[in-house]
Amino acid sequence: MTQRFDEMHDDAGAPRPHYRVFDEWLRNTSGPVIQNKRHEAEIAFHRVGITFSVYGEESGNERLIPFDMVPRIVPAAEWRMLEAGLRQRVHALNLFLGDVYGEQRILHDGRVPADLVLNNAEFRREMCDLRAPGGVYSHISGIDLVRAGDGEYYVLEDNLRVPSGVSYMLENRRMMARLIPELFARQQIAPVERYPDALLSTLREAAPEGIDDPVVAVLTPGSANSAYFEHAFLAQQMGVELVEGADLFVRDDTVYARTTRGPQRVHVIYRRINDDYLDPTVFRSESMLGVPGLFGAYRAGRVTLANAPGTGVGDDKSVYPYVPEMIRFYLSEEPILHNVPTWQLRKEDDLRYVLDHLPELVVKEVHGAGGYGMLVGPASTKAEIEEFRLRILANPSNYIAQPTLSLSTCPTFVDSGLAPRHIDLRPYVLSGKRIQAMPGGLTRVALREGSLVVNSSQGGGTKDTWVLES
Amino acid sequence: MLCRTADDLYWVSRHMERAENTARLIDVTTRIAMLPERLDRGKAEAAPWRRALDALGAVETCQKRYGGIDADSVLDHLLLSPDNPSSIYSCLRAAREAARAQRVAITSEMYEDLNTSWLEMRGLGAASIGREGLSNILERVKSRSASFRGVTIGTLGRGEGYHFMQLGVFIERAEWAIRLLDVVGSDGDLPETGEARDTIEYFQWSALLQSLSAFETYRRLHRQSVTPAGVAEVMLLHDANPRSLQTCTHSLHQVLSTLAGDKTLEVLRQAGALSAHTRYARIDEIIADGLEPWLQNAMERLDRLGNAIHRQFMTAADATETRPQIKAPSRPPSQLQFQAQTPA
Repeated sequence: MTQRFDEMHDDAGAPRPHYRVFDEWLRNTSGPVIQNKRHEAEIAFHRVGITFSVYGEESGNERLIPFDMVPRIVPAAEWRMLEAGLRQRVHALNLFLGDVYGEQRILHDGRVPADLVLNNAEFRREMCDLRAPGGVYSHISGIDLVRAGDGEYYVLEDNLRVPSGVSYMLENRRMMARLIPELFARQQIAPVERYPDALLSTLREAAPEGIDDPVVAVLTPGSANSAYFEHAFLAQQMGVELVEGADLFVRDDTVYARTTRGPQRVHVIYRRINDDYLDPTVFRSESMLGVPGLFGAYRAGRVTLANAPGTGVGDDKSVYPYVPEMIRFYLSEEPILHNVPTWQLRKEDDLRYVLDHLPELVVKEVHGAGGYGMLVGPASTKAEIEEFRLRILANPSNYIAQPTLSLSTCPTFVDSGLAPRHIDLRPYVLSGKRIQAMPGGLTRVALREGSLVVNSSQGGGTKDTWVLES
Repeated sequence: MLCRTADDLYWVSRHMERAENTARLIDVTTRIAMLPERLDRGKAEAAPWRRALDALGAVETCQKRYGGIDADSVLDHLLLSPDNPSSIYSCLRAAREAARAQRVAITSEMYEDLNTSWLEMRGLGAASIGREGLSNILERVKSRSASFRGVTIGTLGRGEGYHFMQLGVFIERAEWAIRLLDVVGSDGDLPETGEARDTIEYFQWSALLQSLSAFETYRRLHRQSVTPAGVAEVMLLHDANPRSLQTCTHSLHQVLSTLAGDKTLEVLRQAGALSAHTRYARIDEIIADGLEPWLQNAMERLDRLGNAIHRQFMTAADATETRPQIKAPSRPPSQLQFQAQTPA
């Protein structure tokens, strides 16, 4: 795939219509003014950055995730398509989760291989035969999208466990509104500011039945966690308590917070702790982060966990190829958003093909995340490829492979000025009584020239994402 | 409010108050140690520094750690040592750590102010004392504490969190009113009578007043000379002195009344009784009955009150389950050796 797609410029190098206002601003603003604004952003983020670097100074300086001033702009019509696709996909994924932990119709029908689900490390037997309130398992979903050289959007992966990064979406918007307010005046840019409010409504709607005025809390592993800033930020924005495991206890299948006025019942927990650590009596027994008895309270329907335990089986990379099939099965609709074509190495034919084409493909571990444990064929040496080949052969079903997509680019400020850099997009989808996709999301950018890896752990930065309303 | 949050906030302000008072203790000790040997018979043995440690019950610890007690070792112990959980260094670190864990419950100005204090403190070493001068450093500690107090009063909403921070301040400050009195009052090596005794007494007690920024208050309240009884009265019983035991216990009672609402709480009863005890006491009666046992008693009651606050608000009331306290903050032992003022 040698085709390239730039978000801002068409093939002739002219700004696309939805970038015209920004392009005009860029051309009419002198270099020093832009420099100043970038500097201002850096300083402001650094000050907030002190809040990001909540880690003790002893553990070294927490890196700030670099912020780039050129926004990713999504035209209105394109967003309408994305929004419909995201809602459809998340809807199907929630139905899938309810099904595999219930009747397992999709497995009996052979539409998704039963062993792939039932023997999946992310499948939580403990979740079987209990009905999540409202049938929602993944209340907060982050769907990673990329646009390839052909100009089409593809879903790269689904994040249904504890997707993070939404605080950057909000902070980036705040920064852009401060740096270039005139652009918000001249265009109709969909606001994202109400995300915390929408999140709170979603969580309240998820409360166990019969609770009219539920108490919501955010459960964090603690201030040593790298996403602690986001946990604190969301709790503060929603006006709910930020609790650690030790602040909660369970009595008679009811969860209480230890407060200065005695035990106070908690009805909904937005947990930012992985399944494994939630409840030492059910999952990992050595966990100090969780709450003994929490899962029992959940099973008894006395508290709602968001997201529900066991959502990992829905976003596992080995299950990913079947999401379009889920959409057809549960919704009788054709998928609006495409999957990236994927070879499953547990299938013999796929394995043979992939082994023959390693230098052109991307190979991923099915449980991997964060850009680790993967092979990017075109960017690897012969030796690296051969080494990876041995790893695949040792356990083929642990891998999937995809063509190397040429991610779309967006102009980005680098040392030498503006240059195209590859980007992706993580919109956030909330599922309560209705499913809503926030108009925008987190755009990540690979700052190194030519790099396709946008993860912040691998030198990625972020951009504001503007969804135009007209 | 979560018990953990209340606990952390209480200790944020308590540690800041402790840092400030430790600076005041070092200040008064430095002043007293300036007396010439003719008037300070223990000067060669660093008696004033020893008394400072004694008021904190830290003589033995310091002796063991440094192999002896002199100005340098005591300064290190009280100001810089990361190993002493009550050193100014440790107090600022603990305050900032607790605030970091409770960023949601405080204002960003408060956190930034504590962060500034901590970053300044972290840069200090034994060499900075020589370079910057001890009194400048102590001034800075006091002014950092004042800054935090100001930012707290000026930005934090008057909810439970604010009240718990007030409790931390007043419990700690009340203890220091007693402890600082002890540092001066426990000089057992005074001449029995005569001009020398008057000189020493004036020097020591006025040094104490100055360290507490209470000299002017004293002068306004007492037209006569600086006397031990007068100073004790200003430090214990006067509500005009913002650092007196009476001011602190009265404030504790008020804050606890607010927190209790219309509930009858044991902790409120204790605070009320202690406040009345200091409010209606007379200094001449206290001295006639013995100052030392009176102070000892007040210290014990403060200690009990601190425990009652912890029990009432900061431990979870769940009988079916026991979990170890997450954090057992260090605190200096509240022991008191207010020695009789007779020559050894």
